[in-house]
Amino acid sequence: MEPAVLAQVLGPLQGLFAPQDYPNLLVGLGAPDDAAVYRLDDQRAMILTTDFFTPIVDDAYDYGAIAATNALSDVYAMGGQPLLALNLVAFPANLPVEILTQILRGMAETVRDAGAVIAGGHSIQDKEPKVGLCVVGMGHPDKLMTKAGARPDDVLVLTKPLGSGVITTCAKVNQAAPEHVAAATRWMKKLNRAAGESAMLAGVRCGTDITGFGLIGHAWEMAHASGVGLQISLGAVPFMDGAQRYADEGIFAGGTLANHNAYLAHTKFMDDMCDGDCMLLFDAQTSGGLLLAIAPEQLPVFRAEMTRRGEAWWEIGKVVAEPGSIQVV
Amino acid sequence: MDTPTLDARGLSCPQPAFLAKQKLAELKSGTLQVLLDSATSRDNVTRIARNAGWTIVEEQDAGTFRLVLTK
Repeated sequence: MEPAVLAQVLGPLQGLFAPQDYPNLLVGLGAPDDAAVYRLDDQRAMILTTDFFTPIVDDAYDYGAIAATNALSDVYAMGGQPLLALNLVAFPANLPVEILTQILRGMAETVRDAGAVIAGGHSIQDKEPKVGLCVVGMGHPDKLMTKAGARPDDVLVLTKPLGSGVITTCAKVNQAAPEHVAAATRWMKKLNRAAGESAMLAGVRCGTDITGFGLIGHAWEMAHASGVGLQISLGAVPFMDGAQRYADEGIFAGGTLANHNAYLAHTKFMDDMCDGDCMLLFDAQTSGGLLLAIAPEQLPVFRAEMTRRGEAWWEIGKVVAEPGSIQVV
Repeated sequence: MDTPTLDARGLSCPQPAFLAKQKLAELKSGTLQVLLDSATSRDNVTRIARNAGWTIVEEQDAGTFRLVLTK
């Protein structure tokens, strides 16, 4: 849903649950983050999240794998490890059940790759397929990555390129090259496990994952929650193969246009920037990478851990003192 | 002569934007009226037309967005 609508419908709920009555709820509606976090004891915090969506690619297995990767990502974005998951399934009665078998296999193999286990689920009949997971993860109550932990001079790191929104939208009208869709699918299926683990080993305390609100939307949430500004270097931001070409064509997902409407007022661009590239910063991502704010002294460990795992990352900007601003330079 | 019209109501996104883009490229100049029924398509078509140098007049009536594009 659109950011403003979400804020409108969730606002009244906050009044029902006074924070002082729930001291072990470390992250809840009061300071919305990627997942809810509940302290079990001094060493353990339970991380709880759920996510589901309609088909994003044609292949049933890949759809399931992407939906699971996306749902698991919130646990990594909080600095945790997934423990168990429940399937959430809406499926039409008139579609072959083999399709659902493939979807569920994609979800299950992804959960297994994350080191977690599928423990059950719930299914309903619906006109359009919708699948996802409810995930329980574990973290340390003092070592969480929230959106509120960014400090000036931290380095902004992104762990997947942008463009899955524009590529999958163009694919719907057969305007995306198969190799670009395939590459975008590989990125969307890629777990944020290595990035999350590397960030934890480096002691990172600020992160989020890039999904429906796009880079700018999620960056703004981080800036707002942390009381800082973020400076993003457009030239350092990675884009998926083909994304810039499709962005120049100008056909975007509804979510991307909503993000542009919602967050443009919070964002300062330089005059001569490419319109298509700027739009990609608002591109609604499915199963995007982590956006981390890493203190300079933490960066060598993060780089070493990512390198050791054969992972890519991009240093796309830095945290600045001016509260609430997103500057693109 | 009637204004050429693209009635893209009832089509799911991003089909309307794609059709409008094709039509504008085919016409090159003149006037095109586009009928749409979603804000997403309206925003996409408006951006595409503006970037290609078309001027846009928008009216809304009973759930229909009517864009008149001129170049």
